[in-house]
Amino acid sequence: MNRFAELLDRLVLTPSRNGKLTLLTDYFRSVEDPDRGLALAAITGDLSIAAVKPAMLRTLVIERMDPVLFGYSYDYVGDLAETVSLVWPQPPGDIPNRSPTLAEVVAKLQAASRSDGPKVLAGLLDSASISARFAIIKLVTGGLRIGVSARLAKQALADLGQVDVAEIEELWHGLTPPYAGLFAWLEGKAERPERTALALFRPVMLSNAVGDGDLEKLDPADYAAEWKWDGIRVQAVCDGGVRRLYSRTGDDVSGAFPDLAEAMDFSAALDGELLVGDPQATGTFSDLQQRLNRKSVTPKIQQQYPAFMRCYDVLQIGDEDLRVLPFRERRGRLESFVKTLDPSRFDLSPLVEFADWTTLEELRSAPPHPIIEGVMLKRWDSPYLAGRPKGPWFKWKRDPHTVDAVLMYAQRGHGKRSSFYSDYTFGVWSGPEGAEELVPVGKAYFGFTDEELKQIDKYVRDNTVERFGPVRSVRADRRQGLVLEVAFEGLNRSTRHKSGVAMRFPRISRLRWDKPAAEADRIETLQALLDS
Amino acid sequence: MFRQQMKPAGVYAGVSSLLQQASRGGISNYLGGMRASDLLHPRPEGLYCPPGDFFIDPVRPVNRALITHGHSDHARSGHRSVLATRQTLDIMGLRYGEGFAGTTQAAALGETIALNGVTATFHPAGHVLGSAQIAVEHQGRRIVASGDYKRQKDATCEPFEPIKCDVFITEATFGLPVFRHPPDSEEIARLLKSAAQFPERSHLVGAYALGKAQRLMRLLRDAGYDRPIYIHGALAKLSDYYQSQGIDLGTLEPATVESGARQDFAGAIVIGPPSAFADRWARRFPDPISCFASGWMRIRQRAKQGGVELPLIISDHADWDELTATIKETGAEEIWVTHGREEALVRWCELEGIAARPLHLVGYEDEGD
Repeated sequence: MNRFAELLDRLVLTPSRNGKLTLLTDYFRSVEDPDRGLALAAITGDLSIAAVKPAMLRTLVIERMDPVLFGYSYDYVGDLAETVSLVWPQPPGDIPNRSPTLAEVVAKLQAASRSDGPKVLAGLLDSASISARFAIIKLVTGGLRIGVSARLAKQALADLGQVDVAEIEELWHGLTPPYAGLFAWLEGKAERPERTALALFRPVMLSNAVGDGDLEKLDPADYAAEWKWDGIRVQAVCDGGVRRLYSRTGDDVSGAFPDLAEAMDFSAALDGELLVGDPQATGTFSDLQQRLNRKSVTPKIQQQYPAFMRCYDVLQIGDEDLRVLPFRERRGRLESFVKTLDPSRFDLSPLVEFADWTTLEELRSAPPHPIIEGVMLKRWDSPYLAGRPKGPWFKWKRDPHTVDAVLMYAQRGHGKRSSFYSDYTFGVWSGPEGAEELVPVGKAYFGFTDEELKQIDKYVRDNTVERFGPVRSVRADRRQGLVLEVAFEGLNRSTRHKSGVAMRFPRISRLRWDKPAAEADRIETLQALLDS
Repeated sequence: MFRQQMKPAGVYAGVSSLLQQASRGGISNYLGGMRASDLLHPRPEGLYCPPGDFFIDPVRPVNRALITHGHSDHARSGHRSVLATRQTLDIMGLRYGEGFAGTTQAAALGETIALNGVTATFHPAGHVLGSAQIAVEHQGRRIVASGDYKRQKDATCEPFEPIKCDVFITEATFGLPVFRHPPDSEEIARLLKSAAQFPERSHLVGAYALGKAQRLMRLLRDAGYDRPIYIHGALAKLSDYYQSQGIDLGTLEPATVESGARQDFAGAIVIGPPSAFADRWARRFPDPISCFASGWMRIRQRAKQGGVELPLIISDHADWDELTATIKETGAEEIWVTHGREEALVRWCELEGIAARPLHLVGYEDEGD
């Protein structure tokens, strides 16, 4: 338990992806079964333990210590799980000579009934160290919140076994905690686990962005073009009566889209984009947002924002694996297959006719629907390959939007950037003329060169108004301020931000040392974009 | 970098509330006909002993100062005369220059010194090299001012000795039940593990220049780490002094660019004052992992807010369990609680049936760990 607790403590404070991967692979390498597999399940959200409510936690601790002292403690720390882990009194005289293992903790929690759950939890807390107590509380209150996605955990497994992450994703849904067979394979001690489960995920094929000069080397006749839909990439797999909708990283998202899953009565694996509305009237990204990040969804929302799938590839029909076929043949099979499906839930992503790159460029710049974010190019003769092979598929995105904003706050970075102010919050003007004030609209931490980073860092240090821990507020008013040209992919309405907008994928595209702060953009410019 | 909220600016607030309490008869501890507060009480300059006419750890220049240890909020320059342990006097000399006080007198640990009929005795406090508690006795009764102290073993200073007394004045830097310091060897083991996990990166460890930095060096040596430890210039004089006092810190090298190219710091452990790591100074190190050795690192949010990736919970102050155990060991009938989180410790004393009150001393940084 202590090693798992230590891992969580390190992960939560480690910002860099590579740092997290090192911590995870080291953990998987050094910890034995079944603890490491249970830790993996806890991180990927595949560990089921009956939940304990925060109020119960509070009751347990108040039974054991002075409520006033607990109150002072909780006020100071601010986090219930952490406070309880710190103040929990060690039972007198009974100091255990060893901490419980993660497996023992999980076994006890899983065996506990609703009524004796609190007692079992208290017993575990009695026997654990401070950081182990914290980890136990996180397990029972749900949500580790350590900034590690299931995808990152799978990447760490891939690193451990020196295999492609696609192989892990392909196997994943046939496996169950504590994944002993998986670890044995990754350590070269056993054969790869058999794919016995039904409706498994197939690792998806990804595209590369069109770079400068890429197109000149390519013959337009070798490629098909399609619109690039700004929905969610999904894979619909039905196999022996099992229906699953996977995200592009292999997470099962069927539960969030029961309306679509309902219509999946076929035996095949389809690749496409999940969108909202119906095939005749596709909804916008804001509509789509109503259906995202939900574990379950009400009938009303399903009715208001129905989900459908715009299909662009077929990987399997019946028992026939089609991935080896060239795109041209798969496309033909797809066209006839989609005709057999419920037309309100499935349609075909249309091909975009073009003769040369200039024509396509014009189409790309003026797409017929707001949810199109560019075009896809797919080589007619390419098989369906997992990962991101260079050459067969390209994405050619619409140019980003830009806005001129003023730097308001800067935060120190981590690792190589730990002594640089490298994360910037910027704002645009709002309010009536003569009483304008800056309202923050986003945060960006890349897009600039190392040399530009040094210049901004110097500017931040020279123009600091206030410091809050690692954050500095920077002088930003009508007369002085650093204008940043910020590029972004789109805007969403946001109730969480004072400005009412949230940028998608913002980055610094240019430093406008030349531009007076007063001439930066106004919030109305962004609001107009929102309404379009 | 790790400042929490500052104390209110009203310097005299504590004094007046204390006087009010006294006039209401709120202070019950009479020592042989005199009240305890007649022997020691707070004044704006610091804790004052009227019959002995001296201050303990005064925060502004006074005629006679008794000083518990060398941290700059307790040991200030400009007093007419200073009485402290030899090591504390040496440390003050290193920090302020030789003329830091008019006259100085070294107090040997355990030696009783008479001051106008009052006696003062210095006893080890286990906080940093040279640190002492000061026992003040008059007419057969004794008050002990702890200064700052800890109970965890520390190879760089004499261990704390509990002294029986009537009134014990305790610090309360970590006076909340949430502060529980783990064994320092476990924390050092985590640092060494991380250094092994990330051999291409350097580990920058923030530590206060007096005491904490040298304790870390010693702990690293005790854990078998024998590579040079790189140090920020601000640590050099004090670390040399520790070595001259027979505390072996191993090979220390300045963390200057001249002493090595950037890549030479790959895998290195670098110790410096926390403020230096936010500074441009830190840019010479390859992809550093920022670490901070402090009791405050017990609280995750404190580490997170400060951008600390590897918090090391190593403190030179007593944690909650040490505070409460020490209070019991002194056998004091009354506890005065100063600089830190007084309210929780006062509450604990109430629950234990021990008279206690906060002693609102002003001018000590409770961040100093």
